[in-house]
Amino acid sequence: MSAAPPGQVPAPGEEDLSALAERWGLGSTSKRQPVASYLRELWARRHFVVAMATSRGSAQYRDTSLGRVWQVLTPILNAVVYYFIFGVLLQTSKGIDNFVAFLITGVFTFTYTQRAVTGGTKAIANNRSIIRAIHFPRAVLPMAVIVQEAQQQVVSLSILGIIVLLTGEPLTWAWLLVLPIVVLQTVFNIGLCMLVSRWTAASRDVAQLVPFLLHTWRYLSGVMFSIPVFTAHLAPWVEQALYLNPLTSYIELMRNALMTSYDAPAYLWAYAAGWAVVSLVVGFVVFYRAEETYSRG
Amino acid sequence: MAEAGPTTAVDAPAPTVICDELHVVYRVVAHGGAASAAQALRRVVRGRSSDTVFKKVHAVRGVSMVAQEGDAIALIGRNGSGKSTLLRAIAGLLPPESGHVYTAGRPTLLGVNAALMRDLPGEENILLGCMAMGMSRDEARARRDWIVDFADLGEFISLPMSAYSSGMAARLRFAIAASMSHEILMIDEALATGDAEFRRRSERRIMELREEAGTVFLVSHSLGVVRLTCNRAIWLEKGRVVMDGEANEVVDAYEALYDPEAEAQERKRRRAKRRRERKKAQETARQVGEETRAARAAAIRSESPQTAHPEAATPPAADPQRSALPAADPQRSALPAADTKVANPESADTQVANPESADTQVANPESADTQVATRRQAATPEDSGAEDSGAEGSAPAQRSR
Repeated sequence: MSAAPPGQVPAPGEEDLSALAERWGLGSTSKRQPVASYLRELWARRHFVVAMATSRGSAQYRDTSLGRVWQVLTPILNAVVYYFIFGVLLQTSKGIDNFVAFLITGVFTFTYTQRAVTGGTKAIANNRSIIRAIHFPRAVLPMAVIVQEAQQQVVSLSILGIIVLLTGEPLTWAWLLVLPIVVLQTVFNIGLCMLVSRWTAASRDVAQLVPFLLHTWRYLSGVMFSIPVFTAHLAPWVEQALYLNPLTSYIELMRNALMTSYDAPAYLWAYAAGWAVVSLVVGFVVFYRAEETYSRG
Repeated sequence: MAEAGPTTAVDAPAPTVICDELHVVYRVVAHGGAASAAQALRRVVRGRSSDTVFKKVHAVRGVSMVAQEGDAIALIGRNGSGKSTLLRAIAGLLPPESGHVYTAGRPTLLGVNAALMRDLPGEENILLGCMAMGMSRDEARARRDWIVDFADLGEFISLPMSAYSSGMAARLRFAIAASMSHEILMIDEALATGDAEFRRRSERRIMELREEAGTVFLVSHSLGVVRLTCNRAIWLEKGRVVMDGEANEVVDAYEALYDPEAEAQERKRRRAKRRRERKKAQETARQVGEETRAARAAAIRSESPQTAHPEAATPPAADPQRSALPAADPQRSALPAADTKVANPESADTQVANPESADTQVANPESADTQVATRRQAATPEDSGAEDSGAEGSAPAQRSR
C-alpha cells in the first residue's frame, strides 16, 4: 500500500493518527467534560432523573399487594414503634414537654438523610449495566436517588405534620419554615449522596461500613435526646461540638418550626446553610473527578 | 463534517472513529469468593494493591483503526477476544489504559443491558430508554409510536417487561435504540435474539441507519448477519487485530479457521447468488445512465483505490504488519482496476504473483456490474462485488481449491 493520496484516510500506522483526528476535528473520548458542559448535560437529563426516580419508587414495592401505600405506611409504622417504646413503655420525657413530637420529628428528619446515604451506596453499584451501556453524566444516578428520597420525604413530612398536630402542637406560621429546612437538607443530601456514591464505587467494603456509621451518627445527632439537657453538666465545648453536626442543625430547626414548646438557637440556620453548600461542592467535585472510572468496577 | 477536512477526493468519507494504539485494561475483584474471614483480613492488612484482590484484564492490546462515515463494521472473534471491551472503549465507557480513541460525536452503545426496568410496562420503558439515550421528554413521546410499531409486541407493550420472553425484551431494546439515528451506533449481540422476521426488520433498520451517514459497529457471533449488514469486519484475537478488511473476506478467513464446514457452504451459496445477481445487475446497470456514474466512479478510484465503493467503503484495509496477510494488499489494489473493466497490466501482475487468485481474475469482470448496482441501491445487503474480487485477500491457509 503506497502513500495515501491527499484527502485519503491513511491506513493505521501510515500517518500519525492523532494528527488525522485533529485534521477532521475528532475529539478524544477520554477527555473529561468541563464542569460547565457537564452540568448543562445533567440539567438536560432532568426528565430522565425524575422518570428514573419515580419508576424506582414504584418498583420498590412491586412485590407487595399494597404497592405504593407502603410509602405512607412505612413512616407511620415507624412512628408507632417509637411512640410505643418511648411514649408508652419507657414513658420517658428527658426534660422535654412533648417528647413524642420531639422524637418523631427527629427520627423523620434523620431518616431522610439516612436514606439518601444508603441510596448513595447503591447508586453506582446497582446501575453498572446502565453505566456500561449508555453515556450520560453519572451524577444522574445519585440525583435519581435524591429525587426518589425527596418524593418519599414529602409523604413522610405530611404524616409527620399530622402526628405532631395529634400530639397537641398548634398549627402556626412557623410551619412555613419547614420548606427552607427541607431544601437545605436536600442540598446537603445531594453532596453526601455523591460522596458516598464515589466511595462505594471504588471500594465495596465501604458500603458494608455505612450502616454502622449511620447508626453512630444517629446517636450523635440528638434524635432521642435533647442536646442542651444532655450537655447541661458537661463542658460547654461539648454542646458546641454536638451542634456542629449538620444533622443536628436540620433536626433542631425542624423541631423549632413544628413545636411551639421547643426552641433552637438561631445560629443553627447559618450552620444548616453552610453545611449544605460545603456538602454540595465537596460532594460534586469528588464525584465528578472520578467520572470515567465508574464503568470499571 | 466532510467540509472540515481536505476536499480533494470527491467522496472520500470522513473518519468518524479513530483508535490509535488503544489498550484497555479493566480490573475485576478476583479473590476466592468464599474465602475465610481470616484470609480476607490478611488481604486487607496486606493492602489492596496486591494482585490477589484486583485482577487486571488486558482486554484490548494495541488496536489501531479508522472507521469512516457510512461504514458498518463487524467485530468478530471468539468469546473473550476483546470485542465488547473495544466497543465500550470506543463508546467512551471504558477509559483507555494507553492510546487514544477519537470520535466524531458521541457513540451510542446499544448494549444488551439498557436502562430498562423489569417492573415497568413496555410503554414506560420506551420513555425511560429514550430519555436515557439523551432525548428530551417530548422527543421521547414523539418517538413512542414508532418504537411500539417497530417492536410489534401487541398488547404486551402495556405489560411489565418482566412478563416478556428474552426475545421480546430484545426486540423492545433494539427498537428503542434504533429509534434515534446516531452518529455512531454500536450494537452488541443485539441481533442474535428475536425471530427471523424481526431480525430481517432490524437488519433493514441498520442499513437505514448506515445510510443516515452514521457509522455502525456490530459485535456478533452470527456471521451470516455480519455478511449481510456489514461492509467491513475486524477480527480480534486476544485483544489484537488479526485481520481488518472487507466483511466477507474476513468472515471467510475466520470461518476457514474455526468453522470450515460453514465456509464451504457459504461459498456454494454465494456462487449461486452471484450468478443471479450478475443478471440483475446487468439489467439495472443498463437502465441507469451509466456514463456519468462511471466517470464519477473513475474519479473516485483514481484518487483513492480503497474507497472505490462509496457505501461499502473498504477501510484502509489489512495492515500488513498486523494482519500478516501479505496477499491482501496487492489484491486490493487490483480491485479498482478490475472494476473499471480496464485491463490494467499492473493488476494482472499482482494477481499472477498471487497463486491463489486464478478464480479472482475470472470473477473480477462480473464484479464491475454488481458494484454499479450495489452503489445504486445504496446499502443493500449485497456487497457482492467487493466480495468477488477481494475474497482471495484472505489468509493463504483458508482457500483450498
